[in-house]
Amino acid sequence: MLRAGPPRKRRAANSLFCYWNHNFRGLKNVADFEIPALKEYPVIPLIQVGSMAHSKPFVAKPDHQDAVGFPHELVDNWEEKAVKKLGELVQGSRALQVFLDACVKCGACTDKCHYYLGTSDPKNMPVARQDLLRQVYRRYYTFAGKYFPWLVGARDMDKEVLDDWYSYFHQCSQCRRCSVFCPYGIDTAEISMAAREVMDSVGLGQKYCNEILGKVYTIGNNLGLPEPALRNTLEGLEEEVKEDTGVDVRFPLDEKGADVLLVTPSADFFAEPHVDGLIGYGKVFHQAGISWTMSSYASEAGNFSMFIGSGANLKKTTRRIREAALDLGVKRLVVGECGHAWRVAYSFWNTLIGPFDFLDPKYPAPQHICEVTHDLIQRGALTLDKEANDHRIITFHDSCNVARASRMGNMPGGQFVIPREIIKSVANHFHDMAPDTIHESTYCCGGGGGLLTDDLIELRIKGALPRVEALKQVVDEHGVNFMAAICAICKSQFTKVIPYYDFPMEMIGSLHQLVSSAIQLKTKE
Amino acid sequence: MTLEVAGKSFETDEEGYLANRDDWNKDVAEAMAKLDDCELSDNHWEVINFLREYYDEYQIAPAVRVLTKAIGKKLGADKGNSKYLYELFPYGPAKQACKYAGLPKPTGCV
Repeated sequence: MLRAGPPRKRRAANSLFCYWNHNFRGLKNVADFEIPALKEYPVIPLIQVGSMAHSKPFVAKPDHQDAVGFPHELVDNWEEKAVKKLGELVQGSRALQVFLDACVKCGACTDKCHYYLGTSDPKNMPVARQDLLRQVYRRYYTFAGKYFPWLVGARDMDKEVLDDWYSYFHQCSQCRRCSVFCPYGIDTAEISMAAREVMDSVGLGQKYCNEILGKVYTIGNNLGLPEPALRNTLEGLEEEVKEDTGVDVRFPLDEKGADVLLVTPSADFFAEPHVDGLIGYGKVFHQAGISWTMSSYASEAGNFSMFIGSGANLKKTTRRIREAALDLGVKRLVVGECGHAWRVAYSFWNTLIGPFDFLDPKYPAPQHICEVTHDLIQRGALTLDKEANDHRIITFHDSCNVARASRMGNMPGGQFVIPREIIKSVANHFHDMAPDTIHESTYCCGGGGGLLTDDLIELRIKGALPRVEALKQVVDEHGVNFMAAICAICKSQFTKVIPYYDFPMEMIGSLHQLVSSAIQLKTKE
Repeated sequence: MTLEVAGKSFETDEEGYLANRDDWNKDVAEAMAKLDDCELSDNHWEVINFLREYYDEYQIAPAVRVLTKAIGKKLGADKGNSKYLYELFPYGPAKQACKYAGLPKPTGCV
């Protein structure tokens, strides 16, 4: 193995002063850990044992746990209960059992995880992460582990194991890159979800995910954006687009009888650069003459229940979307730019909230906004001026849940082709990143799977390393100045972390932001 | 966690956001800013006051475009953009300004 160069020393005081002359690039000065150096070509780092053992997200408070139906704090006899829960999960999922039984320690996965590549901690090698759970499974549920634990790496469930679980199962973004390279297809994401479900069930939850799920139940979205605020925000967007284009593009809310219900991540309402994508969806619907609406009741596409492996919560959150669709009487369900939402929608909705016999059978149910836009472009329904994006030299980041857990269109790999075809239809300058970092080999942004929280910022920055190295290559070779994404988490994560690597946050944007720039609204009025 | 201001202590969460919004006063905001080596100018206060007014009406901090538009109206069009807000609040306007305004931290994919 090649050795990585010594990390650049960038320790500095963990404080800022206002009006500090920063050009969106100076953030590295505020980190109190070392920012990895960007290398010219990928290097597999030598291991640094325990280098990320300190990384743990904030623990959920009792009221966060209440919302998702888990105990307030670590319960009595939690060891026994955790083992029992693990047994139930293995019993209930043939896949999980195969993943735990099948590993032959071939090592193919060891250098495939962005968190290992960014942190050098050997417990971030996928096989080692799996083994944290596998050692307990073996001890209690296999013959060899019950009688000869020392022979098979089996171990009792104890506090030390639990601490390791809490730390390292929150250093997995469930991106499934490792599973692409595993000869058995072992999916570490499933193991990580199971571990989080076991921890939740004995009263050890993660604050970020569980607090957010509570907001979905009480308010309708991850942000906690109530209906009046949502309406106010959307009205503001209508004014903004009118000022920019002179055209009355609508952003309708709770309009019964619309054809399309758009379900999108609430970050699209709230944050930059996400909101420019939402404006793009609105312009597409407007020019195509499609009547559409959003719902204040189901104002969230994201579904953090998947991240915590909770089937019960997954069903409960998803049901809101079916209820809204029926209540509003829509004929189509369209999902906005959100990676894990599209996985849940594409792979699980039919089982969770189907059948969709009340929708128009002429359209896929659900349909991704990229499929909608791509289809309209194919049919010549949109007037697009590519030159409007001539100031941008664009690359595309495949989001993990779209790339490896779903599809778009009607052909294998459609999830890779369709977004790129859209970009090439709305812009003249597009360059892909290196082949082993895109499509099904795409690197996670470093913030997926319920890790997009400030208490994990060190992990997020380090985990972004492989993606940022690939980005740097196209920046150096082609002058790329815009990386489009179709996931709210990716957009927020990159906006936050790439300044630590000396890239400006403005170079991250929505795919539909590019569509928004190119679309010529007045031509089809 | 607690924040000590003028002999009184205020409960905060792990990241220093006030646990009880009613505890907020200007001294609390100044004290929080001081912990970040930040001195609050009139323009900071325009943002903080707008956040508090908006929260009172809508029970949530304003979306970024709502905020930039409002600040543009108050401080001039050249300041109605997120670049300016990041100059004021380098940790990110949504989070840092919410903290000083005594509001909860925005959650979700932001």
